[in-house]
Amino acid sequence: MSVTEQYLENEFNKAPLLKRLGLFDWIWAVLVLAGSLVAYNQYSSLMDSYEVGILFGTTAGLVLFGWLWKPMRSFSLVVAAISLSAVALYGTDLSRNETSFFLKFLISSQSAIMWMSALYVMATLAYWFALASGSAFSGRVASALTWSASTMGSVGLMVRWRESYLISHDVGHIPVSNLYEVFILFAIITALLYLHYERRYNNRAMGAFALTVISGAVGFLLWYTFERGAHEIQPLVPALQSYWMKIHVPANFVGYGAFALAAMLGLAYLLVERNPKGLLARRLPSLEQLDDIMYKAIALGFAFFTVATVLGAMWAAEAWGGYWSWDPKETWALIVWLNYAAWLHLRMTKGWRGGPLAWWAIVGLFVTLFAFVGVNMFLSGLHSYGQL
Amino acid sequence: MNLAITLLVAIAIASVIGTVLQQNEPYNNYVMKFGPYWFEVFKSLGLFDIYGAPWFLFLLGFLLVSTSVCVYRNTPSIIKDMRHFRLDVQAKSLRAFRHKDEWAVAAAPADTAADLAKRLKEQGYRLRIKQRDDGVVLAAMKGSVSRLGYLLSHVAIVVICVGGLIDGNLPLKLAEMRGEIQAETRDIPVSQIPPQSMLPADSSSFRGSVNIPEGGRANFLFIGLRDGYLVQKLPFSIELEDFRIEHYSSGMPKSFESTILIHDEDLEEPLRRDIAVNHPLIYKGYAIYQASFSDGGSKLKLKSWSLDMPQQEPLDIDTSVNSQVRLTTPRGDYNLEVSDFKLFNIFPASENDPSGKKFHNYGPSVIYRLRAANGEAREYVNYMTPVMLDGRSFFLSGMRMSQAEDYRFLHVPLDADGGVDRFMAFLAMVRDEARVREKVRRQLTSEMGITQEDPLYEQLTGSIVGLVTTFVNDGVDAIVAQTEKTIQEEKRSDALAYYIKTIQGVLGSFYVDLLRQEGVDISAGVNDSDAAYFDDALNALSQLAPYGAPMYIKLQEFEHIEASGLQITKAPGQNIVYLGCVMLILGVFFMFYLHHRRLWLFISDQENGSMVLFAAAGHRDRSDFDKEFSFLQHDLRRRSGAI
Ligand code: HEM
Repeated sequence: MSVTEQYLENEFNKAPLLKRLGLFDWIWAVLVLAGSLVAYNQYSSLMDSYEVGILFGTTAGLVLFGWLWKPMRSFSLVVAAISLSAVALYGTDLSRNETSFFLKFLISSQSAIMWMSALYVMATLAYWFALASGSAFSGRVASALTWSASTMGSVGLMVRWRESYLISHDVGHIPVSNLYEVFILFAIITALLYLHYERRYNNRAMGAFALTVISGAVGFLLWYTFERGAHEIQPLVPALQSYWMKIHVPANFVGYGAFALAAMLGLAYLLVERNPKGLLARRLPSLEQLDDIMYKAIALGFAFFTVATVLGAMWAAEAWGGYWSWDPKETWALIVWLNYAAWLHLRMTKGWRGGPLAWWAIVGLFVTLFAFVGVNMFLSGLHSYGQL
Repeated sequence: MNLAITLLVAIAIASVIGTVLQQNEPYNNYVMKFGPYWFEVFKSLGLFDIYGAPWFLFLLGFLLVSTSVCVYRNTPSIIKDMRHFRLDVQAKSLRAFRHKDEWAVAAAPADTAADLAKRLKEQGYRLRIKQRDDGVVLAAMKGSVSRLGYLLSHVAIVVICVGGLIDGNLPLKLAEMRGEIQAETRDIPVSQIPPQSMLPADSSSFRGSVNIPEGGRANFLFIGLRDGYLVQKLPFSIELEDFRIEHYSSGMPKSFESTILIHDEDLEEPLRRDIAVNHPLIYKGYAIYQASFSDGGSKLKLKSWSLDMPQQEPLDIDTSVNSQVRLTTPRGDYNLEVSDFKLFNIFPASENDPSGKKFHNYGPSVIYRLRAANGEAREYVNYMTPVMLDGRSFFLSGMRMSQAEDYRFLHVPLDADGGVDRFMAFLAMVRDEARVREKVRRQLTSEMGITQEDPLYEQLTGSIVGLVTTFVNDGVDAIVAQTEKTIQEEKRSDALAYYIKTIQGVLGSFYVDLLRQEGVDISAGVNDSDAAYFDDALNALSQLAPYGAPMYIKLQEFEHIEASGLQITKAPGQNIVYLGCVMLILGVFFMFYLHHRRLWLFISDQENGSMVLFAAAGHRDRSDFDKEFSFLQHDLRRRSGAI
């Protein structure tokens, strides 16, 4: 990346945030707020005070997020628009997803998620092609595909949320309650994180790596759907019926997503290091930059994972009667956390850089994967929701 | 610092073991899994309660100490680093910096300094200016809070460990080592628990559970320790006034909640509260959680028919879940241990279920064990209401030897007045060998014209009676086995068909007698339903042998009593831990999202203007700092009007 004076100007010569906001920023804020207010007076009767808090916390968070990362604005608005039209098409009749053309083939949660899967896979191919051929165009196509895949995925989750309530009121819940649903969340979050770095370092070669892990997740998702019928919306066991789920799970998946991304960048780093003159070396960011992005991803992941684990403990204290029970999922969260704590120490206090840390980040992905999937597959405990 | 990293990794690895190996199970489960030798080895390593194992606690303690030490060692320098601007730097040491620049400007040092100071303030820098005889020194820094992040996050680790230690069951373990307390392993009423397994009401912290039946009351709870438990007294008592549970159509619990009354002399009247999953009650620092539910000793009225002497009047048994009844039978004494009662049993319905429903409710069931004198037991499940199978109703009773097996079912057909009396009467007839012999004799003469005088008479009688009794006592499989023993391959199927026909002949005529006794009019032959009944009865007959119980038990009436499983904890360390968590989160974000940077401007006088020496140092992530530096470089040069 060339350090132009212009770049430095907007990077560092920053007026305070509020001074930097444009018209769209304010329209965005108003729309988000309006949306939340509508949601509030539609559903406040169903929400406890914490959930109201979460609603407006999310509002503020989303507005700010959109201000700090501009693409978020149009992304969210598109997702909202499509989701709302799906909700409108449904009305109060779930069986519409058989009769209405749009629901059946595009934006019922199940179709939307299938579209997401297809688009992510196409994006992966496009990124690899762009990487191999160096065609800037197919690079842009790949980004576009990734954006639309993430859009469809988010729509899928939003609509699924609604569908769960259409099934019946007591079945309704936010779709982050089992392995199937969080896998979608994982794909989306990882993609968005990547897209953020793609823009910040304006380099698309990293996409080939980031999207590969996402395609892996998609592969699992499809197997899980068709082999196990995991896409069926299941009602919640009592322990999961809590506002905590709305914050604990998403926080966790920012962590998982960031760790996965870091691992793929680690892989890229090792490949470049192995062949410094090769194609990858020419297309990917410099080793130092890769190392730096990897660090940023892990730092982000670690921060959010810390929050998530703490939230988990607080939830456990409320649901199971103890903030720590050495339940397998809990314990594996701790293991993941300790692992990255060690990683950060190596980097920050021992000044490690590059190769060894890249390897460590890749191993870290497997540790994370086990905490995320393995525990549900092989271990039983208080936490055994969404068994395979 | 290697120490810290080693510790973090070591604890991570140790923790893995505890997740792979189920913790704190009854010891004999482990013995079965690993065999006595490895059981002992693992036990001595504390692998069955690893998070309480001395060596694991030692690791944690070590983390605690080393973190404290490291915080203690680092704090002074970090504080200093945050506060001192280092106005006394020498120009030549600034020139040695990695990030530095030098340029001449027209303005006088003082003005330049003032001007640049203003600019840096805009950029969010804190700064000091010092007029030295060799020139003006301007020292600035930004983001020093990130250094605080390090302190916060590490102190947090200590705080969290301390909080956890307060709430952990370490004291119990120590007391146990000192032999002051001892885990109880027998299953005995609380009143008989020996004092060394009792914990006083003033224990500072604990986590235990207790099941209270509706209307019941408890002022104690159980704390699992190793393969046993301890009884923790409470300073107040809890009464379960009401327990409510709702289910989804799949039978999965949707919500369950209890209305409890707290009886405490400090309260002038009992405190009434509802608790549910995720909605505990905190009383005097004791947190009371809705954890689970179970049967609270439902009262059951059972009827028991002896299968060995079906002619006997059935026996009425009044019992309840979790209690035992002694039963004397011709096969010796049996213990009837009722282990559970289910108000309903919901199973997924078959695809082509006429009702079109997704799920089918099989109604109430009772689960009990029949334990013979020699101690071996079979488990039975009996459904109270009849079940329809291709158009005919049966009472189902399942049997299995162990939890691992599936139930094998006995189908007792319902008679005209919806009971089992006809079946028992029929059984009584056919189990009576004398009667069978009598009947066979008569049939031989009447139907085959074979009389006493006939040489074959006795032999035939003997073998037919043999067939019938074998079938009646050991079921059709025994007949098959017999043919396989006595008859060669090719003739077998014919022989078998013939045997069955003979048996049906004999039993059929008993059945006809039975119908006559009941006063059924069979002048026009046996109607379809009675005919069907006969087939079902024979079926049931041959299921009796594997069923293996000396009696058939039917659930007549019940009074459902539920028990609410409460978990009660006292965790004075909890808020300490939460404090630590907040510190940790703040610390981590400070560390990662604020960067400590310092910079110096040394402005020395020179003819018609001054010389600006600019140097900067950033804490960590260089590549970003390079960019920031080159920005400042451009910016300050421009601002000061570099020549
Ligand atoms: C158990 C959880 C721990 C976490 C999450 C953690 C996290 C961190 C992080 C992220 C840093 C970088 C901060 C910076 O460089 O400014 C750091 C630095 C450091 N950690 Fe830890 N740490 C932990 C435990 C420990 C332990 C047990 C020790 C000592 C035995 C320790 C000693 C240090 C030291 C000396 C530094 C360097 C301070 C500095 O760079 O200014 N840490 N720690």
